[in-house]
Amino acid sequence: MGTIGEAVRRRRSALRSGLTGRFLDLGLIVVVAAFLILLATRVLEHGPSFFLQILTFAIANGGIYALIALGYTMVYGIIELINFAHGDVFAFGAFLSASLIPVFGLGEDKPFGVLPALALLGVFVVTMLVCGVLNVSIERIAYRPLRHAPRLAPLITAIGMSFFLEGALFLWKGPSNVHYPNVLPSAGFNLFGAEIGTKEIIVIVTALVLVVALALFVERSRLGKAMRATAQDRDASLLMGIDIDQTIAATFFIGALLAGAGGTMYGLYYNTSVFDLGFSAGLVAFTAAVFGGIGNIYGAAIGGLLIGMIQSFWDGYFESAWTQVVIFAVLILVLVFRPTGILGMRVPEK
Amino acid sequence: MALLEVSKIDVFYGRVQAIRGLSISVGAGEIVALIGSNGAGKTTTLRTISGLMHPAGGKISFDGRDLTQTKAHEIVRIGICQSPEGRRLFPRMIVLDNLLMGTYARKERSGIQSDLARVYELFPRLKERTKQLAGTLSGGEQQMLAIGRALMAHPKLLMLDEPSLGLAPILVETIFRVCTEINAQGTPILLVEQNASKALEIAHRAYVLETGSIVQTGTGKELLSSPDVQRAYLGM
Ligand SMILES: Nc1ncnc2c1ncn2[C@@H]1O[C@H](COP(=O)(O)OP(=O)(O)O)[C@@H](O)[C@H]1O
Ligand SMILES: [Mg+2]
Repeated sequence: MGTIGEAVRRRRSALRSGLTGRFLDLGLIVVVAAFLILLATRVLEHGPSFFLQILTFAIANGGIYALIALGYTMVYGIIELINFAHGDVFAFGAFLSASLIPVFGLGEDKPFGVLPALALLGVFVVTMLVCGVLNVSIERIAYRPLRHAPRLAPLITAIGMSFFLEGALFLWKGPSNVHYPNVLPSAGFNLFGAEIGTKEIIVIVTALVLVVALALFVERSRLGKAMRATAQDRDASLLMGIDIDQTIAATFFIGALLAGAGGTMYGLYYNTSVFDLGFSAGLVAFTAAVFGGIGNIYGAAIGGLLIGMIQSFWDGYFESAWTQVVIFAVLILVLVFRPTGILGMRVPEK
Repeated sequence: MALLEVSKIDVFYGRVQAIRGLSISVGAGEIVALIGSNGAGKTTTLRTISGLMHPAGGKISFDGRDLTQTKAHEIVRIGICQSPEGRRLFPRMIVLDNLLMGTYARKERSGIQSDLARVYELFPRLKERTKQLAGTLSGGEQQMLAIGRALMAHPKLLMLDEPSLGLAPILVETIFRVCTEINAQGTPILLVEQNASKALEIAHRAYVLETGSIVQTGTGKELLSSPDVQRAYLGM
């Protein structure tokens, strides 16, 4: 496979070896501990119910990032490409589902029940499928023709694709924030003084179900096996009879299903979206994928959850103007102390 | 007509020609060795037969079927599987899953358990390590796994690319012994080797490859006693 990837891996395994590795892990632990202590002082200041409140926000937020991060990590895992357009597919999902909501007979602050829930399921399914088709088309048009080109080439087309999609979303809904209809019930319940919304519960459960479904699919299904094999050795996969083109397309499709679901959930939860949402949220989700160990789906799920939680906790307890800085500081620290991310591969590649 | 017929193929890497008018054949039940020094084009030949590359000219047919432009993932379905140069295992899968990947393209799933038992019988080491990640195996075990994985495809023709490379002498013996066993059970083998003496000992027929062309051919015994081969490949 690629020489850059190999060089990076070799360097990583060198870094991981022996005492150096242990020292680096120790460094990471120190940094994390310092952050947690800082956080703990603030948590004690504000009391337990506020903490519980922030924690629910944090998990819901993290669940959405996890869904986006999975698409980055799956595509990276299989073709070692950062699909910059992935965040924009997510944003497209938010826009599309907003437009589908009236089509499915749903609307602002209508009573929620079984029928609306089924309609919402319809919105999810259609959005996910359309996002899937969009991402497969992107792969077909912008990446597949460059499969044997130097690595930089598809990276550039990925950035181009991202700009193209953002331009299209801009033309569709303009430059400012667009309201997303409030469909989910706003009711909540009181838990030790914290107001837990039905919204949070729905977002968290949906994210969890999708992540588990994906994990089962990748571990158990025939296509999942083909995806894992292709990610590990493309020529060997061909020799075993795996249709590489089809498998890569399927990876883009599945990644975009999750992005479409994530976009819908983002809209439903935050009731807003904007044409360049894919850039800001995409960057954070990509960070989450790297944080968790790029290429590893469990890493992306955990990374997304953690990054979302760091973001919400920082917003809640510290200066929200600094949140982006903190997120990227975390990324840099993780990469310095643990270049493979938290669940990075420890097995030699070949 | 032989099972595998490669006739007058030309293969290029970009504008560099690696194979020139190469013709070889493998008949039912045969072990055919392809020997040659480093860079002669042995791996390129196997990659071309497997469909990972396509010849610019010439023809490849198998079982009477034209494979010249057939895609790699179809080739194994037609009955050719190889243990490639460098083993190319799935390092983050366990031994058992690597073996099962060999059955990915199989239509009849019924024989899988008995084939698995057969591979474990040929390589008891693999059975002991069935749950171990392939990337953590020793070189010899990896080689056994690569051969075992190819066998799990139940091929009508097995191709092995330098199975003895980098192995301790005792393991080299094992690998070659297993080759004859596999062959005795009915699978023809196209064996690529730099270890010419061993390969020629077990091969029914052999070809000598030099800079992309066949320069000599004969039975294994004939080539073992050929002065040219002895000088160039047997270090005599
Ligand atoms: N990926 C490649 N790109 C360009 N040339 C190659 C490539 N792989 C092999 N070659 C060239 O093709 C020739 C045959 O190589 P190969 O088939 O690997 O030989 P062997 O397996 O007999 O050692 C060599 O001259 C080698 O340099
Ligand atoms: Mg070779």
